[in-house]
This record gives sequence, C-alpha cells and structure tokens, in this order.
Amino acid sequence: MAQNMTADAAHAHDEHHESPVVFGFWLYLMTDCIIFGTLFAVFAVLRDQFAGGPTGHEVFELSGVGIETAILLFSSITYGFGMIAAHENKVSTMRTWLGVTFLLGLGFLFMEIREFSHMIAEGNGPDRSAFLSAFFTLVGTHGLHVTCGLLWMAVLLFQTAGKTELNERMIGKLTCLSLFWHFLDIVWICVFTFVYLMGVL
Amino acid sequence: MFGKLTLSAIPYDVPILVGTFIGAAIAGLAVVGLITYYGKWGYLWREWLTSVDHKRIGVMYIVVALVALFRGFADAIMMRSQLALAYAGNPGYLPPHHYDQIFSAHGTIMIFFMAMAFMQGLMNIVVPLQIGARDVAFPFVNTLSFWMTTISFLLVNVSLFIGEFSQCGWLAYPPLSEQQFSPGVGVDYYIWAVQLSGVGTLLTGVNFFATIVKMRAPGMTYMRMPVFTWTIFCTTVLIMVAFPILTVAMGLLGLDRYLGMHFFTNDGGGNQMLYLSVIWGWGHPEVYILVLPAFGAFSEITQTFSRKPLFGYKTMVYATASIMVLSLVVWVHHFFTMGAGPNVNAFFGIMTMIIAVPTGVKIFNWLFTMYKGRIEFHATMYWVIGFMITFSIGGMTGVMLAIPASDFVLHNSLFVIAHFHNVIIGGVYFGYVAAMNFWFPKSFGFKLNEAWGKRAFWCWFIGFYVAFMPLYVVGFEGMTRRMNHYDNPEWHPWLLIAEVGAVLIACGIVCQLTQLYVSIRDRNLAENRDLTGDPWNARTLEWSTSSPPPFYNFAILPEVHELDAFAHDKEAGIDTRRAGGDYQPIHMPKNTACGFLIGAFSFVLGFGAIWYIWWLAAVGLIGVIATVIARSADNDVDYYVPVSEVARIEQEHTHNLMAAQAAE
Repeated sequence: MAQNMTADAAHAHDEHHESPVVFGFWLYLMTDCIIFGTLFAVFAVLRDQFAGGPTGHEVFELSGVGIETAILLFSSITYGFGMIAAHENKVSTMRTWLGVTFLLGLGFLFMEIREFSHMIAEGNGPDRSAFLSAFFTLVGTHGLHVTCGLLWMAVLLFQTAGKTELNERMIGKLTCLSLFWHFLDIVWICVFTFVYLMGVL
Repeated sequence: MFGKLTLSAIPYDVPILVGTFIGAAIAGLAVVGLITYYGKWGYLWREWLTSVDHKRIGVMYIVVALVALFRGFADAIMMRSQLALAYAGNPGYLPPHHYDQIFSAHGTIMIFFMAMAFMQGLMNIVVPLQIGARDVAFPFVNTLSFWMTTISFLLVNVSLFIGEFSQCGWLAYPPLSEQQFSPGVGVDYYIWAVQLSGVGTLLTGVNFFATIVKMRAPGMTYMRMPVFTWTIFCTTVLIMVAFPILTVAMGLLGLDRYLGMHFFTNDGGGNQMLYLSVIWGWGHPEVYILVLPAFGAFSEITQTFSRKPLFGYKTMVYATASIMVLSLVVWVHHFFTMGAGPNVNAFFGIMTMIIAVPTGVKIFNWLFTMYKGRIEFHATMYWVIGFMITFSIGGMTGVMLAIPASDFVLHNSLFVIAHFHNVIIGGVYFGYVAAMNFWFPKSFGFKLNEAWGKRAFWCWFIGFYVAFMPLYVVGFEGMTRRMNHYDNPEWHPWLLIAEVGAVLIACGIVCQLTQLYVSIRDRNLAENRDLTGDPWNARTLEWSTSSPPPFYNFAILPEVHELDAFAHDKEAGIDTRRAGGDYQPIHMPKNTACGFLIGAFSFVLGFGAIWYIWWLAAVGLIGVIATVIARSADNDVDYYVPVSEVARIEQEHTHNLMAAQAAE
C-alpha cells in the first residue's frame, strides 16, 4: 500500500507521456473490425447456399430483431450517459447508468439466445446449410462479443463499488469498454441491414 | 471422462517417435537437472519467465525460435532422406501417414514458431532501444504474447507423443482437413496451435504499433526513424490487418469440425474455394510480415559495415510502405489454377510482378550503400551479401510463378517448394541470423565468434543451393510436392543431391551451435567483450546505451535532431547519454506471472478441446478469464526507480567506457 501511495504521488508529477491504453484498445478494435469484415464477406459468399434448407425469409422474424436493435441502440445511449457521469466523477450516477446498460445488454442477449434456440429446435441449426452456418457464426460472434462486454461491465461495476472517485486508470477502462460497446452497436447495425433486412426483403 | 484420449493415442509402437521421445526426455531432464543443481529456478522465474522487460522477452522468443528451428529442420532432413530412399519400389522408412504429418509439421513450425518467434524476438530486442524508449507501450501484453506463442509451440510438440499431427499440409486445405476425411485429432492440434499463437502475434502487432506511434524519443519524427523500425512499423500494420483473417479461417474450419457446420464441406452448400481465399488473405501478407523486418536488419547492417549512411533512406521507406500495401492485393496468385478466370488471374499476376519493383529498389539501395563504402567483411556482412544473391534468384523465380500461364505448368510442383525456400531461407532466415549476429552483443555484452559465424554461413549458403536448386529441376520435370515415393528414374539423382544439401545445412546448424558455445565460453576475453555499448561503430540509438542495456534502457531519454541520431551525435562530439546529467526517478512496470498463467491456462483449454475433454477445456477457459480479471483488479503494477539507483548504474557504465577508451 505504501508503495502504491508513492507510485500514485509520483504519477501526479509524471509529465512525460500520456497513457497509450485507449489508443491501443482502438487498434485492437480495428483488428476486431477485420474479423467482422471477413465474417461479413463469408456470409456474402454463402448467403444463397441453402442446400434445400430454409431461406432467410422463412426463418427471420423481423419484429423480434427490431426490438433487439432498439434495445442495443438504447444501451449505447445509456452507456454514454454513464461516461458523462464518469467524467464528472459522479461515481454512483455512473454506476446506475452502467447497471441500466448491463440490463439492456442482458435483454438483447436473452432475445438472441431465444431466437437461436427457436431456430435450432425447428431443425434449422448451424449444421443445416452453409447459409445457416454463416448466419449463426456472424450473429453468434457478435453475441459472444456482447457477452464479453457484459462480463467486463460486471467486473467494472464490482471494481467501482464503494468508490467515491475514479482514478485515471478506471476512467481509461471505462473509456475502452465504451469504445467496445459502441463498436458492437455499429456492427449490429450492419448485421441488421445486411443479414436480416436484406435476407427478408 | 477423458474424451477421445485413450492409451492407444500414445505411439509407443513407432520406433522413430519412441526414440525422439527418449531423446527429448533426456534433454529435458538434463535442463531441469542443471537448473535445479545450480539453484536457478527462483532466478529463472523472477527474472525471465515473469519478466515484462522487452529485452528479456526478446531473448526468450529467440530461444523458442531456435528450438523450433531444430524441430523443423529434423522434419526437413527426414523428408529429404525419405525421398532419397523411396524410389522404384522401395517404400522408404516413413509410411505415408507419418510422412504427411512431418511435412505438415515442418511448414507449420518453421513459419509460426521459428520465423514468427524469431521476428518477434528481434523486434522486442531492437525497436524500443532504437526509438529511444524505456519499454513497449503494453509490457504486460508483451509477456502474454510471448507465452501464447510458446504454449502453442508446446502443443505442436505434444502432438508428437500424444495422438498425431495434421496430415493436411501446413495450411490444412479442406475438404481433406474436414472431419469426414481427417477424423483424428491432428487437424485439431493444428487449429488450436495456430489459433492460440495467432492471438499472441496479433497482440504483438498492436503493442509495437502503439509503441512506435506513441513512444518515440523527443524529436524522432517518422522520417527520422531507423529503417529497421520502419520495417517493423509496416510489419505490425500487416499483422493487424492479416492475423484477424487467419483467426476467422481457423475459427470457421474449427466450427466445421466441432459443430458440423458447412463452410468448407463438400455437402450442405460449403465452398472450399472460400477457405483458400481467406487463408491466403492472411498467408500472403504473412510472407511480407516475415521478410520486411529482415530487409530492415539488412539495411542497418549494410550501412554500419559499409561505414556510410544508407543510400536512399526515403526510397527505402517508400519501398517498404509500397510492399506493405501491395502485399494485400496479391493473394490469388496462390491458386491461379482454381478457376477464377483470366481477368482475375491477370490482375493478381500483374500486382505480384509489381511487387518486384519496390523490392528491386531495395536491392539497389543496398548495393549503392556498399558502393564506394569501406566495407568490413564481418561475418554479419557475409549473410547480407549471400542474401542479396540468393534472394534475387528467388525473386526472379517468383516473378516466373506470377505469370498465370507458367503457374499452370509449375503449380503444386517442387518448383514452388524451391522458390519459396529460396526467398524464405535466402531472405528471411539469412536476415534473422545476420540480425542475431549484429545485435547479439547489445543483448549480452559480448560478441559472437566470427570464425564459426563464417563457417555457418558457408555451410548454409552452399547447402541451400545444393539442397534446393535440384528441386527447381525436378519441378520442371513434373515432380509434385508432398510425394511420399516415386518411380521416375530421372528424379532420383537430383533428390540424392538435395539430400547432400540438407546434410550441409545440418553442418551449418552445428556451426551455429558451436558459435554460440564458443562465444559463451570466451565471453570474458577482452576482444569479445563489448564495454562501450557500440561495438560496430553503428549509427542508431540502441548503440548509445550500454551492452546489455540497463533495464530502463536510457537514464535520460535521447533527443533526436536528425536521421541516425547516434552517428550525428558522435560526429558532433555530443554525449547522447548525457552521463551525470539531471536524473529523474524512472517509471517502470513490475514483473507479473499473469502472462505465464494465461498461457498455461490456454494450453489446458487447447489440449482439452483437442481431445474433447470438455471439463478440462472449461477449467482452462475459466482460468484464463479469472486471471484476466485478477490482473485488471491489480493496481500494484508499476514502480519508480530511485535517482540514486540510476546514478549508480550510469556511473558504472561511464567507468567501463573510460576504461575501454583508455585501452584503445
């Protein structure tokens, strides 16, 4: 603890370089973007390979997906409110907004899992056709990212419990998760457009 | 309980493997015994395995790379021996299923664990020093990257003794690599090893890109960066672009195998051509990920030993950047025969040929750097000159293959094998060995033995030509790659010559080992020690600090006013170190076991998943997540080196410098 104090005190007059954490995380996100880009390309190649199985028109329910989209977009706004509170050092307000975001994320995930299990129960699982493999993998990879985001959010909620102010490192973590969360939103907009809308229309 | 894993997975009935196992076990026990005897476990753990110091991580990477080189070369010489024997009815000594594992392992190991590990080791050792930084942007991520690579290599080697390795070639093309045709665990070993090491490499890419962008010494603008740093900069961009594609390729193949999906299967609408596009979308940039750093090393070495600044620094930078961009638009040349059509093939063929232009620019820059220079024929220079000749030939056969029409004839033949060994041995390997000889004194404070270095060079150089020129010939004569035995009498003499070449290369490796041994033995001789930190009278910042550098690299961050900052300072009589100046407490990261732990748990995860032991895989996954969370909660990750400590270390180096100058 004593060492922490000296390190913290020293950080205060440390002028030489800003933390590269957010920049590094941004770079990581770009690599993640390439993962999604490749998955979208794979989906584009396999989207008509139904192998006698159902088409997108037959398996997608747009109303459910519309609600999912609304939930996820709304959760980005609530996270944004959380970040405003974080920058004003209002820890409990920030935690409330993060909690709301967490619940919205959980709701999204719940709806996605329900959609998946529904499709699998009807015999339209990822092993049915190349189209469904590509669909489940693309949407599932997004869902896996949302799951990781939720786990991360829970950890940050735990770490900020009982705190009255946020240090620079915690602001950095919250900013990274913020980037991650908004990024997943953008990916989802592409999923919604290219997979669901174009699959049904 | 143990998934697919039963006692029959252990190949105790294959004499070659039993022998290898006994050999590996004896070597392993000897190493463990020696460490225990000298009581070095604590030291090893505290100072190396948990280190976040980029210089030590770099050395560990290169140790892994050298071990991988032995393993990969053992595979290579077994293949050459098989082909020297297995002629006209003689089945040779390797049955096809074993032979197929050997060539798959050879390619996988040489690219992912020899070349990639070597390259990451070099960038770790050199880049932060060269840009005048005290560490990388993310020291913890750096140790994590190292352990991900290392445990993946361990997974590949475990496959020798537990189960089998992939028999599908180094890129595991479907449908052969699908569950239907490869029901064993070999492909799963391959997928997990490649996937986990890919995570490590990707993180290295992010880490070093951020390091170069954010942590350059004051005054070092982009056009004042040393060429090696420039090449690493471009390599990290390629890593960040290409490795996610590899992740997807391995992920989709894995989903096909584990969950019965249909990305690349024969049925269900799968498309094998999609796999080729995705895997080579990574695979071609990968070639440049490997060779660009070698180009950087050649540039540094050529200018140092020609006693001249590099000819055409700017063109070198532009050429590197052009290669970086072009390397992303040539991948289809790996499958011209797939049937993409003449227009597509023409585009990719022309793009491929265009890459020869910036590469040619580089070759001429090196030649003009040497022209009218006072060249010192140091062992390191031998590798450089050997490279220029060999790589030019390899480049020309590459341009031949870039012509779709001739590719239709040469496709899948040993001509292709000869070509890519020509550029990878002649370009990448020669470059890394030259770099190792060049930067070795920086890491350890003593030079590598020159006589043995030159012997190693001649064995490798001649051995390469003897081993691979015959393969061009049999390639023209129609011999396809990955062949286990053959009947054509015209091929046999050439394959015997190639076997001799492999033996010569083995001599080269022995010479390199001897070089290491002799150098370590004679490290305290006055002519071998590097007290000044600048043994070659070099031009860049890494030589301005002591050898080995203090753990904080620079007591006072250097100030850069032009290209080749250190050479400039030496000419102007400026002390780059500013010894005895106004030292400040130095902010440094603390060592951590988290990288090692995440690596260990990832190994458990991979092993469990390979053998369908799901509880074990779950333990590994939970372990990884728990370690990451624990690390995130740890606020005690850094400390300050007090001024008195800095002053003491710097004083010592100043003392050494004065002694060295007095001796001259």
